[in-house]
Amino acid sequence: MCQARQVDLLPRLWYLLNDRDLLDELPPEPVRHLESAHAFALAHERGVRWEVECIRRVLLEIDEQIILLKGAAYVMAKLPAGRGRIFHDIDFMVPKGKLNAVESVFLRHGWRSMYADAYDQRYYRQWMHELPPLRHYKRRSVLDIHHSILPETARLYPDSRKLLAAAQPLVKGGNLKVLAPVDMVLHSATHLFHDGELESGLRDLVDLDSLLRHFSQADSFWDKLTERALEIDLIRPLFYALKYADRILGTPVPDYVMDKVQRGSPNIGMVWLMDQMFYRALKPDHVSCREGFTGIARWMLYVRSHYLRMPFRLLVPHLLHKAFVTPYKEWKLEKQAVKQPNRADVLKDVPPEN
Amino acid sequence: MELSSLTQCELNTQLRHQGLRLRIGPFIAQIRSSIPSVINGIQQLYADYPIEQESGFADFHVEVSPPRNLRRWFRPQVLFLFDHKSPFKPLPYEQAFPVLEWGLNWCVSQFAHNYLTLHAAVVEKDGHTVIMPAPPGSGKSTLCAGLVARGWRLFSDELVLFSPKTGEVSPIPRPISLKNESIEVIRSFAPEVVIGRSSADTAKGTVAHMKAPIESVRQAMMPVAPTWVIYPRFEAHASAQLISKPKGAAFMRLIENSFNYTLLGLQGFEALTGLIDVCDCYDFSYGSLDEAIAVFDALEPPSTSLNICN
Repeated sequence: MCQARQVDLLPRLWYLLNDRDLLDELPPEPVRHLESAHAFALAHERGVRWEVECIRRVLLEIDEQIILLKGAAYVMAKLPAGRGRIFHDIDFMVPKGKLNAVESVFLRHGWRSMYADAYDQRYYRQWMHELPPLRHYKRRSVLDIHHSILPETARLYPDSRKLLAAAQPLVKGGNLKVLAPVDMVLHSATHLFHDGELESGLRDLVDLDSLLRHFSQADSFWDKLTERALEIDLIRPLFYALKYADRILGTPVPDYVMDKVQRGSPNIGMVWLMDQMFYRALKPDHVSCREGFTGIARWMLYVRSHYLRMPFRLLVPHLLHKAFVTPYKEWKLEKQAVKQPNRADVLKDVPPEN
Repeated sequence: MELSSLTQCELNTQLRHQGLRLRIGPFIAQIRSSIPSVINGIQQLYADYPIEQESGFADFHVEVSPPRNLRRWFRPQVLFLFDHKSPFKPLPYEQAFPVLEWGLNWCVSQFAHNYLTLHAAVVEKDGHTVIMPAPPGSGKSTLCAGLVARGWRLFSDELVLFSPKTGEVSPIPRPISLKNESIEVIRSFAPEVVIGRSSADTAKGTVAHMKAPIESVRQAMMPVAPTWVIYPRFEAHASAQLISKPKGAAFMRLIENSFNYTLLGLQGFEALTGLIDVCDCYDFSYGSLDEAIAVFDALEPPSTSLNICN
């Protein structure tokens, strides 16, 4: 239970057990926690639907279409992967040329940039695949507005225009879209194995498992998936995704598909090294999962994700800035800040949250 | 087995190493700490609580310990850890025991959505319960402590666990958190009660915890349906006054005092309307504990026929 909670998989466990009518056969103590997590997930889903509705209404003003990504897409497209999926930000993608128009319409409707710092602003706008996140001043919801699925500076550079062109509307004629099934899988794979931080790695692998099981019911899904991966230069992340989903979660992947994605495999030494790292880092980050080298594996994957994100000539100055300048600025800001009581502290008998 | 049957050495070992499994109402908390004030606080205020086998299931795995950095020694701090991670910012080391108490409140408010949870004190007598929601400073905990010292059973001074399924309130008796002047008020009102060490300069001023009566702890597994919802307000020198409160207004005030009403959605609405339907609701102002307790002792339970409009 502790491991599942660590990676936000408690609600998913409730659904899996409920589907198989197994909840009544478990001892009542853990089931109470699963029920509590399920209640939380239902509220979360309600909140996401409302937030997406707010976003949709704002977008009507400029008659622009957006492509929902990740958790928000799974929930709004009513995919099995959306059931009990907990996430903190709403991610969506727009064509790069529309970024300014979309950002300004949200700024006009109560969202504010979360980073006031000029360095952060420039870093995002110049190098990243998304704008600095926006937060609604009242509801505190966070938007990540992407124009691509990987940073401009990344080693792999999938053509966003192809993803945008294949996206499918949630409702006919509506302004909300989601990625085509194959692209949704490839984005999830890329996010986990090429870009992501692995704090909730297992949760993301469970997403992949769920998407693959669901979409592979359609004819020729596997062929389309491998073709698309080759077409948009994402065969490497797909190789990792299918391999670890199969090995760790038993996701059914046909043998011929595994053979096909072998093209994305690195050399044998690298495969060994990646195994050492991913088998450790894809476990929940809980003491009961820690074994020798887990800390090192997580750190190496963190370094790898940055290495894949941008070349060293950009990465080194960035990390130095983050290590020295940012803490100094924060320290200075903290010194200036007038201490104001937090409403939650006044209301309830708990200390302030981080 | 009760905690008091452990030797000092056994208690120390459990708290420092594998963790002490304490049954608190419907929950089992596994607590670890090597901080003397926490160990002493637990030994003094949780002496009557049942302890559970190490091999069983625990609801919350918590730890109170100093951070692993300079603040272990320099202006020392303390962290509350849930599943080995800290949900809060560190607080001064002297507040270690209150930090454990706040942390346990947080656990229940975060992970017990199978209940409708409200921020209120609950006491019971002769099978009838009073729910007392009130903002800090209104004398809720003081009144709760006074009632408990005069024979009412303590359910909680902070948390209502209302089950939407059974329509009953589950006790979660814990030490009562007394603040500032209340500590002396209760000491002189009931010299026999056990009050733990005071921690000064917390976010809430000086805090000390009063031990829950042994009968309340022994009956912690006995839920009871709610009878009254009373909003207490302390006014210096005022005479006790109990005024009937319309159910609609009482309902809205309860929403403000709930932790997860919104989260539970329709279920939360149905649970809360169900709760208000079966309760008589009052506003209550008082200036002396003795008078207040006399009013509570004389409360007449609502007649069985529902009077929803009140």
